[in-house]
Amino acid sequence: MNAATWRGLAAAVALLAPGALFAQSTLDAVRAKGFVQCGVNTGLAGFSQPDSKGVWRGLDVDLCRAVAAAVFGDASKVRFTPLTAQQRFTALQSGEVDVLARNTTWTITRDTSLGLNFVGVNFYDGQGFMVHRKLNVKSAKQLNGATICVQPGTTTELNLADYFRANRMTFKPVVIEKLEEVLNAYFAGRCDVFTTDVSGLVSVRGSRAPNPADHVILPEVISKEPLGPAVRHGDDRWFDVVKWTLFAMIEAEEMGLTSKNIDQALASKDPAVQRFVGATGDIGKMLGLDNRWAFNIVKQVGNYGESFEANLAPLGFERGLNQLWNKGGLLYAPPIR
Amino acid sequence: MSWLRAHLFSSGPSALATLAIVALAAILLPPFVDWAILDAVWRVEDARECRQAQGACWAFVAEKHRFVLFGTYPFEQHWRPALATLLLVALWAASGLRRLWRWWLALVWAAGLAAIGALMWGGVAGLAYVETERWGGLILTLLLATFGIAFAFPLAVLLALGRRSRLPALRWLCVAYIELVRGVPLISLLFMASVMLPLFLPEGVNLDKLLRAQIALVMFAAAYLAEVVRGGLQAIPPHQYESAEALGLGYWQRTLFVILPQALRIAIPPLVNTVIGLLKDTSLVVVIGLFDLLTSIKVSLQEPAWTGFGVEAYLFASAVYFAFCWALSRYSRSLEHHPARAGTGPSR
Repeated sequence: MNAATWRGLAAAVALLAPGALFAQSTLDAVRAKGFVQCGVNTGLAGFSQPDSKGVWRGLDVDLCRAVAAAVFGDASKVRFTPLTAQQRFTALQSGEVDVLARNTTWTITRDTSLGLNFVGVNFYDGQGFMVHRKLNVKSAKQLNGATICVQPGTTTELNLADYFRANRMTFKPVVIEKLEEVLNAYFAGRCDVFTTDVSGLVSVRGSRAPNPADHVILPEVISKEPLGPAVRHGDDRWFDVVKWTLFAMIEAEEMGLTSKNIDQALASKDPAVQRFVGATGDIGKMLGLDNRWAFNIVKQVGNYGESFEANLAPLGFERGLNQLWNKGGLLYAPPIR
Repeated sequence: MSWLRAHLFSSGPSALATLAIVALAAILLPPFVDWAILDAVWRVEDARECRQAQGACWAFVAEKHRFVLFGTYPFEQHWRPALATLLLVALWAASGLRRLWRWWLALVWAAGLAAIGALMWGGVAGLAYVETERWGGLILTLLLATFGIAFAFPLAVLLALGRRSRLPALRWLCVAYIELVRGVPLISLLFMASVMLPLFLPEGVNLDKLLRAQIALVMFAAAYLAEVVRGGLQAIPPHQYESAEALGLGYWQRTLFVILPQALRIAIPPLVNTVIGLLKDTSLVVVIGLFDLLTSIKVSLQEPAWTGFGVEAYLFASAVYFAFCWALSRYSRSLEHHPARAGTGPSR
């Protein structure tokens, strides 16, 4: 065989490689079918959960709606696929969903070996401690010798042991498999402390505690659980669309643009606002979208802070790490210009 | 008095058992009645009122019943799955009446299922299209069970006949299928259908999630029903086969008109047993994120305002399941006790 044949073969193989598996770009495919298919949790309060009328609500759900608003100018053009933890990655890999917004922790293994790309972080979570207020504990450093309720088999248990070893403290674990029972044990006073992710602690305190004021969540967060939306590997345009949808929601909050005042912003003299709402410049075009993409997101879904207030604040969540960078949190969107 | 004597106190052990049960009921019932009825909360403005109460919080069921029954189906359109559910139940009930057993019952079923499909999917007669991902609740449970049985049963009869066939290749194939499917749990079949199958399909081919779950259920039920049918076939005495053969009937005539009618009659109790099992097995679709009746209940318990009312929620679910399973078992008993036509069927 001569060199040309070899080159031809190599080209053919390259075409068949995984990158070409989805030859059509996701953005075009989404436009053609007329809606965004979004993979969400089957039921996690505040993140994605159908209400009594069967309407999906939550922080992750709002991100899905925002993507629809950016692509179609209509936040209702989205369909939700509830996914269990086992199904979620296959559903994205196989093309069953276009976006996976299912409180998924961003780790290097998932980012590299599972064929998906995390577009960013829409909720910074981490493991924390809840104690009975009457114990008068102010910091996790004072927990030496405490009895701690924990569920087995998760990284939670390992993080707990690591933290106490690193701080040269001891603890007595009470390991109970069922959430229901571990909570009963803690509320009945069998343990001084209950540990799980802070988001879990907050919602448990708000919904299950006989008197929420009797329990304190300590300020120490001992592990990193950045939760973020993900898309398939190998389609950078779609990756850009979802990534900048998330950034636009954060940027809107930083600029003070809300679903209430975004209409007035159309007439703003501020060049940054003009670029954002698409009054000047061609930022939407660069993404392959309408120039009003960001305006539509904020108008129809709201900025990040509004979504947080609507979905998580009622459960007792505080902004904490999920505050803007200039207010002491970690949310930081690159400039939209 | 004499009835009491005859039925409850006929002997020493019987009297003792009666007394023990009465005593147990006297201890257990009053607290349950207190909790379930007297102290129960039926209507609230706010879930917090329920937490103050001593008794059951039936307000949970009042608040969530539409979600539990219809899942994420569009709220304003709930009359459609409601009507579909009624239609399906009516079809089942009609099939239970012996005098309606005519050839046109099959047509009624076909028309009924077409109507249910039109109602659920929409897209015709001015009804808005609703994708299967939004189907949920009771109708999903019933549809999965109905279609599961409808497709699994013919498949099961063929498998059972194949397993007793004289052609070795056919026999081995059927044995392999039955043993393979029976050898794995339903959960793993559902996972295969939901997680692995999409990876093997070519790009652009996306089998509906509901359809994939339905296929897995059919495959699973067919293997179990096949063994039940085989049990019925083996109970037919050999002279039945021989006399049919002596009459000059071919294989299919023999099987359809002589063997199967008798074998299926014998197999009714275990058949219904398997069907009831299948109805409840449909709740396993929770592992692939379909909102059947039980999953809807679990999900509605997730809402922070309403967590902790699991006992009420699951009592409601068990009442619904019980109603259907009980109706099925009553139906099977009526089938056993009325020989359809004189002459066929083993004498009792």
